[in-house]
Amino acid sequence: MSQLSTQHLLGIKHLKEEDINLIFETADQFKEVINRPIKKVPSLRDITIANLFFENSTRTKLSFELAEKRLSADVINFSASQSSVKKGETLIDTVNNILSMKVDIVVMRHPNVGAADFLSKHVDARIVNAGDGTHEHPTQALLDSYSIREKLGSVKGKKVVIVGDILHSRVALSNIYALKLQGAEVKVCGPTSLIPKYITELGVGVETNLRKALEWCDVANMLRVQNERMEVKYFPTTREYAQLFGINKDLLNSLSKEIVIMHPGPINRGVEITSDVADSKQSIILNQVENGVAIRMAVIYLLAQQIKRN
Amino acid sequence: MSQKLLLNSKEIHLTLHRLACQLIENHGDFSNTVLIGIQPRGVFLAERIAKVLKETYQIKNIQLGQLDITFYRDDFRRRDEPLKANQTNIHCIVENKNVVFIDDVLYSGRSINASLSAIQSFGRPNNIELMVLIDRRFSRHLPIQPTYRGRQVDVINEEKVVVNWHENNDEDAVYIITKN
Repeated sequence: MSQLSTQHLLGIKHLKEEDINLIFETADQFKEVINRPIKKVPSLRDITIANLFFENSTRTKLSFELAEKRLSADVINFSASQSSVKKGETLIDTVNNILSMKVDIVVMRHPNVGAADFLSKHVDARIVNAGDGTHEHPTQALLDSYSIREKLGSVKGKKVVIVGDILHSRVALSNIYALKLQGAEVKVCGPTSLIPKYITELGVGVETNLRKALEWCDVANMLRVQNERMEVKYFPTTREYAQLFGINKDLLNSLSKEIVIMHPGPINRGVEITSDVADSKQSIILNQVENGVAIRMAVIYLLAQQIKRN
Repeated sequence: MSQKLLLNSKEIHLTLHRLACQLIENHGDFSNTVLIGIQPRGVFLAERIAKVLKETYQIKNIQLGQLDITFYRDDFRRRDEPLKANQTNIHCIVENKNVVFIDDVLYSGRSINASLSAIQSFGRPNNIELMVLIDRRFSRHLPIQPTYRGRQVDVINEEKVVVNWHENNDEDAVYIITKN
């Protein structure tokens, strides 16, 4: 297989295992490219990409922008806080105006679930979902699986626990789809108030005791508590959350085996993870960031490959 | 479809030795030379040439790399079947080095054009030469010619030159294939 089965990257749910393998094999080559003295290839020199961020982002936005520039694409950036969206313009109008400037690919982050899917049905461009509300964040899940594959050789058969605010996390949902598709065993762990009621229907286990979850797993993906999405209180205090669901060096050292620690960022040091764990040799947090650029280059390259030019 | 044998195993063996000797004439002990096989098929020829240089002519310290040009091609998004990227392995900086590109067949010259762009990501070579096993005369789209050639052939556009190696096809042979 040398091309993706999909025209857009809206979510992991729409991908096949072969798509993920193709993205990873392509990312392997881009990882070599970004470690060269000159970290740029000319493949996308006639492609224009719009990064539309209707929600705050640091890491993802920079990672996408760097990936696009490393592929030699022309890049335009847009953030909702400085735009006509504030003046009442609709999403389709905003995007169609941008597309009139001959844009080929749109990378979009939006606070509403399904925004990327909606856009893909109404505009003539390839869409990459960079996070839609609490729904999916496919490139994050791809780079997480890619980092596990890099560290442990493969994802198949590995035991992965996703710890924290599962209810509000698009990273958790995309990760569950991606890990299950590649044959990993997945558990989620967190306060019962932050675990969706029907999560087990996705084929994942639920564990509310962090120590038990960590003893079971090969990889722990620690998520941030998304206070900005919480309208009510889901746990009594941050201190109590950190005591029950935060990982620290003593807990890590007391486990019977060495596990891999991941975090999609931004980290709340001292809440879900302490500094000594985040900076320990078991942590692959910075590898995830580096792999993010290679994965995003691969996704954009493979989508651009389908845009025919004569 | 019909096929005609252009080079058999013995002829390929002789050609490899001749090409290796021509390289030695120009590169001496190879201390400032990097041989680069162009992915995917030039890699087999590059490895064979390096083997002959090492085993028959006792050249030590041969620097051998593999260059993938998929991301540099000028036909990206113009092909019916997309190309899959291969591995690039260049473990040295080519700054001020004498680089020899090695490929199996020189046809339009576009792959070599892409290789000339790609190699610049690894530094500015002192000079670049090109070695090919088969040079398809009169089919160039660009002003590119080989420095070392195994055999020159006149083949029409509808015909295909296929190089088989023991490593991937269980025989060393070059065929001209004609579609009827």
